[in-house]
Amino acid sequence: MGYPAHIDYSLQLADNALILGHRNSEWTGHGPILEQDIALSNIALDLIGQARYLYQHAARLIGGKVTEDGLAYGRDAWDFRNCLLVEQSNGDWGKTILRQFLFSAWQYYFYGQLRNSRDQELAAIAEKSVKEVTYHLRWSGEWVIRLGDGTEESHERMRRAVDELWKYTGEMFAPAAYEKELIRLGIAVDAGEIRPLWGEKVGEVFNEAGLEIPVTWMQGGGKEGKHTEQLGYLLAEMQFLQRAYPNCEW
Amino acid sequence: MVENAQIWSMLEEVYDPEVPVLSVADLGIIREVRTGEDGIEIVITPTYSGCPAMDVIRTNIRMKLMEHGYRDVRLTTVLSPAWTTEWMTERGKEKLAAYGIAPPLPLQQVCHPAMFHREEAIPCPHCHSYHTTLISEFGSTACKALYRCEDCREPFDYFKCH
Repeated sequence: MGYPAHIDYSLQLADNALILGHRNSEWTGHGPILEQDIALSNIALDLIGQARYLYQHAARLIGGKVTEDGLAYGRDAWDFRNCLLVEQSNGDWGKTILRQFLFSAWQYYFYGQLRNSRDQELAAIAEKSVKEVTYHLRWSGEWVIRLGDGTEESHERMRRAVDELWKYTGEMFAPAAYEKELIRLGIAVDAGEIRPLWGEKVGEVFNEAGLEIPVTWMQGGGKEGKHTEQLGYLLAEMQFLQRAYPNCEW
Repeated sequence: MVENAQIWSMLEEVYDPEVPVLSVADLGIIREVRTGEDGIEIVITPTYSGCPAMDVIRTNIRMKLMEHGYRDVRLTTVLSPAWTTEWMTERGKEKLAAYGIAPPLPLQQVCHPAMFHREEAIPCPHCHSYHTTLISEFGSTACKALYRCEDCREPFDYFKCH
């Protein structure tokens, strides 16, 4: 059995990737045009692939008979450690794009730092993933600019998306108790340190997109298992098969 | 005892199920082959984290070695150093172009998050024109982007730098 904080942390990173990957996969077959449907499905695939490596790592830390599938399909909402941002419903294309951009910008700098983790497995996963996230960040950032600086309608929708999602961004930089412990051990990234980089990137893109950063309170709790109601609906669908037919394979 | 070179030549006959002209050796995902008293160990690395072909590739490697009578094969996956298109063989790049997929350019200015930042012009694998346009950075698989040739008007896949 690994160190409990270490397990929580690995699960947090895995849950972030899986939940956003799953959200994106909900667009598969429903994208506004074929090429962008494929793009978002590819991003979903990258994220779910990253989640698999992270769950395998967490499963090794937990030990016993725990598997990556058990962790993804067998835990309930309060066991999930993901940030609230990634579980928010897709809404329209603008909201999905903005959610991806805000998260990819964070994940880009986050993985960049995690490459130096004293946990060599996490460092290797980060080294691999940051290359994929570079494409996600570029793709989503271009869409934020295209829509924000597009038509009156697209601008208005992006503005609404910013209003809806901004309050979930603070949590990404506020370490949970288990993160603080691991930061001291050189395993976790001090996400507070990447905030200026993230702010600069987001500011730059918002500026070109003609979007303003709202002044709002920040909602947290996801990292400690306190989620919005959105996660429950997502899990109900994602976990259905394994709940109805435990350990089924095909 | 089996020689490393023999194993490598077997791996040249195991093809990527998504891009069937490329062998796993051409693709650069075989990082090491170790042969010893305790059997054969093949170290592989994935192209992309979510590449759905990896499981099939692992099975196909086992099958190919089994065809040659080698049953005691261990497949180890490593993530670091992360795979890059720089590891693709020159022969592999030629095979891609002949198949109609533009091969990856040398890695110089990619992996850059700047918006609307483009790689150098990608030549059309059909008519070799450089007058081409990016349609989407994500193509039929994670490793490809979708382009269109403005001269011969054909769409084509580009195996993107990574």
